Amino acid sequence: MDFPILTALILLPFVGALFVACLPSNRPETIRIAGMMTAIATLGLALWMLADFETGKAGYQFLSSHSWFSDLGVRYTVGVDGISLFMVVLNALLLPIALLASTGVNERVKAFTVWLLVLEAALMGAFLALDLVLFFVFFEVVLVPMYFLIAGWGHGRRNYAATKFFIYTMAGSAFLFVGILAVGFLHQSSTGLLTFDVRVLTQWAPAGIAPTTAAWLFAAFSIAFAVKVPLVPLHTWLPDAHTEAPTAGSVILAGVMLKLGTYGFLRFAIPIFPAAAVKYAPVLLTLAVIGIIYGAIVATMQPDLKRLVAYSSIAHLGFVVLGTFALTRQGLDGAVFTMLSHGLTTGVLFLIIGFLYERRHTRLIADFGGLWRSAPIMGGLFVVTAFASIGLPGFSGFVGEFLALLGTFMGHRWYAVVAASGVILAAIYLLWAVQRAFTGVPEGDNATISDLNVRELACILPLLALSLFLGLYPKPALDRIGPSVKAVIAHVEKSTSYESPKFSKNSPILNEERMDHGSDEMEESK
Amino acid sequence: MNPLGAASIITPGVDWLGVAPVALLALAAIGIVLQRSILRRASVAYPSALVVAAVGIILSAVALAAQWSRVQTDGSYTTLSNMVAVDGFSIFIGGVVLFATACSVLLASRYLDRERLDGPEYLALMLLSASGMLAMSSSNDLIAIFVALEIVSIPLYVLVAYDRRRSTSLEAGMKYFLLGAFASAVFLYGIALTYGATGSTGLVGIANYLSEVTLLERGTLLAGLVLMLVGLGFKVAAAPFHMWTPDVYQGAPTPVTAFMASATKAAAFAALIRILYTGLGGSSSDWRPLLWVLAVLSLLVGSIGAVIQTDVKRMLAYSSINHAGFILIGVQAGTIKGVSSALTYLAIYAFLAVGSFAIVGVVAGRGDADSDLERFKGLSTRRSALSWAFTLLLLAQAGVPLTAGFIAKFGVFSAAAGAGGTSYLLALIGMLTAAIAAFVYLRIAATMFTPAVEGTEMAPIAKVDLGTGIVIGFSCALTIVIGVAPGLLLGLAERATLLFVR
Repeated sequence: MDFPILTALILLPFVGALFVACLPSNRPETIRIAGMMTAIATLGLALWMLADFETGKAGYQFLSSHSWFSDLGVRYTVGVDGISLFMVVLNALLLPIALLASTGVNERVKAFTVWLLVLEAALMGAFLALDLVLFFVFFEVVLVPMYFLIAGWGHGRRNYAATKFFIYTMAGSAFLFVGILAVGFLHQSSTGLLTFDVRVLTQWAPAGIAPTTAAWLFAAFSIAFAVKVPLVPLHTWLPDAHTEAPTAGSVILAGVMLKLGTYGFLRFAIPIFPAAAVKYAPVLLTLAVIGIIYGAIVATMQPDLKRLVAYSSIAHLGFVVLGTFALTRQGLDGAVFTMLSHGLTTGVLFLIIGFLYERRHTRLIADFGGLWRSAPIMGGLFVVTAFASIGLPGFSGFVGEFLALLGTFMGHRWYAVVAASGVILAAIYLLWAVQRAFTGVPEGDNATISDLNVRELACILPLLALSLFLGLYPKPALDRIGPSVKAVIAHVEKSTSYESPKFSKNSPILNEERMDHGSDEMEESK
Repeated sequence: MNPLGAASIITPGVDWLGVAPVALLALAAIGIVLQRSILRRASVAYPSALVVAAVGIILSAVALAAQWSRVQTDGSYTTLSNMVAVDGFSIFIGGVVLFATACSVLLASRYLDRERLDGPEYLALMLLSASGMLAMSSSNDLIAIFVALEIVSIPLYVLVAYDRRRSTSLEAGMKYFLLGAFASAVFLYGIALTYGATGSTGLVGIANYLSEVTLLERGTLLAGLVLMLVGLGFKVAAAPFHMWTPDVYQGAPTPVTAFMASATKAAAFAALIRILYTGLGGSSSDWRPLLWVLAVLSLLVGSIGAVIQTDVKRMLAYSSINHAGFILIGVQAGTIKGVSSALTYLAIYAFLAVGSFAIVGVVAGRGDADSDLERFKGLSTRRSALSWAFTLLLLAQAGVPLTAGFIAKFGVFSAAAGAGGTSYLLALIGMLTAAIAAFVYLRIAATMFTPAVEGTEMAPIAKVDLGTGIVIGFSCALTIVIGVAPGLLLGLAERATLLFVR
C-alpha cells in the first residue's frame, strides 16, 4: 500500500500539537521551535503531495478509506482533487507563516501553538474529507481552536467576537447536519445502503431525490455554507471575529477558513443537488453581487484598518460565489483561483496590519499618516499588496476575478456588469486607506516607527512572490484546477437539462489558456 | 407432598440470577445500616461502610455481567411471573446506573467528611435508591415499575435534603418530595386507567390485549397514557414537568445532583421506553406526537432557560432538561434505532453529567457555597487542569465532534432522520437549541479563561481528592475515547436493543 500521505497531512499537525502540549510551558523557545518544525514538515508533505499530484486528472487522488463507525455508515474517506488541492497547500503554507508572525505572542505560548496546530489539522481534514459526516466533523472541530485563539489572544471585545463566531457557525451547521443525515437516509431508504460517501451520493442524488426535497436540502446546505463564506446578510460575525482575532488567527481565518464555505458549495451543494443549484443560482448570484458591492462600500467607511480588510474579504468572497454560481467552466476556474489568491493577498494585508499594531498599538487609520516616509519598506510592500488585492493585472487577484467575471458574463451578463464595479470600489477603499495611512508627513510616533525586520519580511515576501508568480503565469494552477472543475460542470450538465454557455472557438477575447479548454471541448463533441 | 393440598398459594418460580443485581445492592444497603448499629465510632463505621458499598456495587456488576453472557446465549427471558424482564436493555441501563452510582459514591467519599455529614446512612440510601433503579430497568409490569419508582424516589427525597444544616438543601428536598409525591400519584392514576382499559398491568399482557381487541372507546387508555407520561416526564426532567429541576439540582449536595442527573434519568427513561415500546408499541401513533411536543418543549426550555442563569449548577440543570429533550428525539422515533440511540445518549450523558458536577463540586467549595459563574473566573490560571477538563466536558455537552457528545447527538438525529416526516423538523430544532446551549457552555468556558479582576480576593479552591479525581479523569478519558472510537459503545447499545423483551 502507498504511503497514506493525506492521512499524514491531517495527523502530523495533530501529533505535533500533542507533542507540544507535553513540553514544559516555561520554555517558550523550545515550544516555538517544535511548533515551527511541525508546520514546516507539514508544508513539506503538502508540497510533496503537490508534486505527486497528477495534472490533468479530474478524479480524486491519493484516496484512502477506512471503516470508522460502521453502524452509522460513516467511513473515514479522504482524497484530493483540483478543487481542494490548493486549499490544502495554502493551509500548509500559511501556518508556518502565522507561527513566524506570532513571536510577539508571549502569553501562554504553549496553548497558542497547540491551538494553531490543531486548527491546521482540522482544516486539512475538512478539505480532504470525502465523507459527508467526516467533513461535518472537521467543519465543526475547526471552530474550537479558532474560538480559543480569538477568545484567548484577541483584542478588545474578544469574548463577544469569539462567541458570536462560534454560535453563528454552529447555528448554520445545524441545517447542514440535518441535511447530511437526510441525504444519507434517503439514500438508504431507496437503495438499502447507508453511506455518506460523497462519490456515491453525487452519482445517486441528482436522480434519486425528488426535486422539492432536493430544493429544501440545497437550502439547508446553502445556509451553513453561506454563514461560513459569509454571504450578506449572514456576515455579521466576520468583521467582529477578524478584528478581535490575533494576527495569526486572522490570517488563517481569512486565508483558509472562509473558503470552507465556498468549497462546500463546490464540493457538496452543487454536485449533490445540481438541479436545485441551477434553479436557485440567480438567488446566490444576487447575494454574491450584493456582497461585492456592500462589502466594498462598507469597507470604504471603516475607520479601522483590520475591519476594512475584513469587509474587503466579504467582497472578494462574493467574487468566488459569483464565479461558482455562474456555473461555467471559466467561472468555476476563477472561483477556485480566487480562493487561492485571496488567501495570499489578504494574508499579507493582515500580517502588515498586525506588524503595525505591534508597533503602534492601534489600528485606526486616523492615528496613522506618513508611514511610507518613516518605514519605506513597509509602505512599499503595503501598496504592492493593496494593488495585488485590488486585482491589478500581473497579480493573482486579477486572474481569478477576471475569470470569475468572464464566466458570469457568459450566462448572466448583468450580474457581471454590476459586480465588475466592485473592482473599482476595491481600488477606492484600499488606495484611500493607503493615502491616509501611508502618505503625507509623519508626526509623533508615526515618525519614529521602525521598518519591517527580516523575520517580518520572511513572512510577507513568499506570499507576495507567489501572488505575483500566479498572476504572471497562472497555468500551473489552472492546469490542476481545470479538469476537476470541468468534471463538476459536466456532472451538472449530465444530470440536468442545463447547458453551460460556451464561447465559440474563434471568439476574440479568448486567451491562450481558454483555447486549450476549447480544444478539449471539440474533442469531446466528437 | 404439600400438607395444605390444593388450597396452597402457588408462588411463581424465581430466577435468582435475574434479581441478583437488585438484591445484592439492597443487601449491601441493609448491611451498611446493620454494621452502623454495631460499629458506633464514625471513624470505623464510615470506611467499613464504603467497603461494603464497593463490594455491593462490584458484586452487582458481576451479576449483571453474568446476566449479559446468559442473555447472549439463551436470549432474553422473564421471571417472577413476567414481572421482571432480563434482557439486553435492562442490563445496559443497569450498567449505566451502576457506573453512575459508583461515581457518585466516589464523589461522596471525601465530600461527606468535608461537610461533616453522616457517611454510612448516606451510602445506604444511595445504594437503596440504585437498587430501585436496577429494578425499574427490568420491571415488565406497571405495578413493579411503580414499586421500583418509589424505591428510587423515597431515598432520593432524603438524600436531596441530606445536608440538613443548609436551608437550600432542605428546601430542595421539600420541593422534590412534594412534587415527586404528586407525580407518583399521577403516575399511579395513569396505571389504574391503563389497567381499566386493558385489564392487565403486565406490559406484555397490555400489548397482547391491544393487539387482539380493537378498543371502541379509547379515552381511558389515552388518559392513562398521558398520566403515565406526566409521571415519568417529571422523573426524567422533561419540560413542562421540569419546574423542580433547577432548584433541586442547585440545592442538593453535589454528589446527589450528579447521581440524579445521570442515574435517575437513565432509570426513568428505561421505564418510559419499556412502557411505550413493550406495552403500547402497537399504538405508537398515539404517543409519538405527545413525545414530539415534550421533546420540543424540553429542548427549548432547557437551552433558553440556561442562557439567563448566572449559577453554574442551575445552568447544568437546565442543560440536563435540554439533554432530556435530545433523548426524547430518539425515543419518539418509535424504532429500534431510536431505542439504541437513546441508550447510547443515556450512557454518554451519564459520564458527562457526573464529570461536570464533580468539577462544580470542587470549585463550589465547602457547603456547596458558591457555584456562581463569578466563582469560575480565572480558574484557568489557578487550576489549569481542572479548567481544561471542564472545557472538554462542556464542549462534549455542546456536541462538538470528536467528543462523545457528538456521537450521542449523531445517534438520536440519525434515528430521527430514519423515522422521517416531522422528525426532521425535530432534529433541526434540536440542532438549533444545541447552538443556543453552546452559548451557555462557551460562557462558562470563557469565564474560566478570563483572568480574575486584580485585587479581588478569591476564596481558595480545595485540592481535588482522590475519588473526585478518578471520576473527573475517567469521564474525560471516556469523552475522548468514545468520541474517536465509538464502535464498542454503539455495538453494545445495538446488541442490548436487539435483546429487548417484547
